[in-house]
Amino acid sequence: MAETATQDAASTEPQARHVVYCGVCSLPPEYCEFGGTAKKCKEWLEKKHPDMHEKLYSEEAIEASLSTLSLDARKRAEKDSAKKEAKAAAAEARDAERKAEAMVYIKRVERNKRKYVTAVSGLEEHGHDLKKVAKDWGKKFATGSSVTKTASGTDEIVVQGDNSDDIFDIVVDVLKVPEDNVECIEDKKKKSAG
Amino acid sequence: MFKKEITAGAKSKVKSSVQRGIRTKVVETYPLLAPHIDEIIPKKSQLDLLKLPDRVSLYALNNEPLFWQHMDDAIVPHLRVVHQFPHCFSRIGIDRGAIRFVLSGAALMVPGLTSAGGQLPEPEGQLKEGDVAVIMAEGKEEACMVGQLKMGTEDMKEKKKGVAIDGGHCLGDGLWKMSID
Repeated sequence: MAETATQDAASTEPQARHVVYCGVCSLPPEYCEFGGTAKKCKEWLEKKHPDMHEKLYSEEAIEASLSTLSLDARKRAEKDSAKKEAKAAAAEARDAERKAEAMVYIKRVERNKRKYVTAVSGLEEHGHDLKKVAKDWGKKFATGSSVTKTASGTDEIVVQGDNSDDIFDIVVDVLKVPEDNVECIEDKKKKSAG
Repeated sequence: MFKKEITAGAKSKVKSSVQRGIRTKVVETYPLLAPHIDEIIPKKSQLDLLKLPDRVSLYALNNEPLFWQHMDDAIVPHLRVVHQFPHCFSRIGIDRGAIRFVLSGAALMVPGLTSAGGQLPEPEGQLKEGDVAVIMAEGKEEACMVGQLKMGTEDMKEKKKGVAIDGGHCLGDGLWKMSID
């Protein structure tokens, strides 16, 4: 056993190191303090990698890292990080608020008597790449699916065929948009010229 | 260089002959990486080329970014690669006070390297202008930045001011946060 263990160590040594990255700010944990979400990062690390947390956030470690800086520089750094953190928090709150307000509209548009297209707008507010979603849906429904500009200048996804119910399910289940923020509209108005 | 969030442009497959060229170039630029090159870019793999803004091209393998290159400048490793093989690159160190500026995307200035907490190689191991250097930070184990030097290390020791690296790739920048799929 001992032999295989040493062999393993020898063979793994020159290979790639695996570095843990913080799940909150994506930086290596030792850089979390500069990421702007230091508090959350600390909690995450405590949960996921307690040994590392111990090492990084022990009293001595903090002392040692601070002692190399002059008092003045330390104060400035502290102020800076506090500002950054506040900014990040504010941005997050703003984002969440916008997300909570943003509606996704699934519109069934009559194209030609019994033929329909389904137009979905508002997905970009929930952080989805319209082009990718459109491509996925095209594959799923085996129909044409594209991103088009509406008259008001915003983008929407147009899927051929009446898929509004299926799309509603996908938007809620797969794309994780709260159900209250999704609305199905039936657009009776016939597209005139075209 | 990647201060803002970036989105990748078109992704295309790299021709196998071009891929061989990239391999040799990487080994040429980073001789220490030679024993590991098969691990980073296996012989029978298919690299992808992504076009980024500002004429930067990024080489990726299986959606993992590996190297980037600005026009025909030196080919620079992505920091994840640096973290995997830290001892294969030329390293210089910065003091603690400079970390926060580097991580917010500022150009790396020489005083951060020449001060007590910084680290520069001895004259025999000096780096010249245009060499790619990995920046380590005082009291940290992982690298925080990588880029092309604007000034030789001996020059830095003499002048003790000016810009050391401009337009590098640092932790938490747009390239770091970019996701490929």
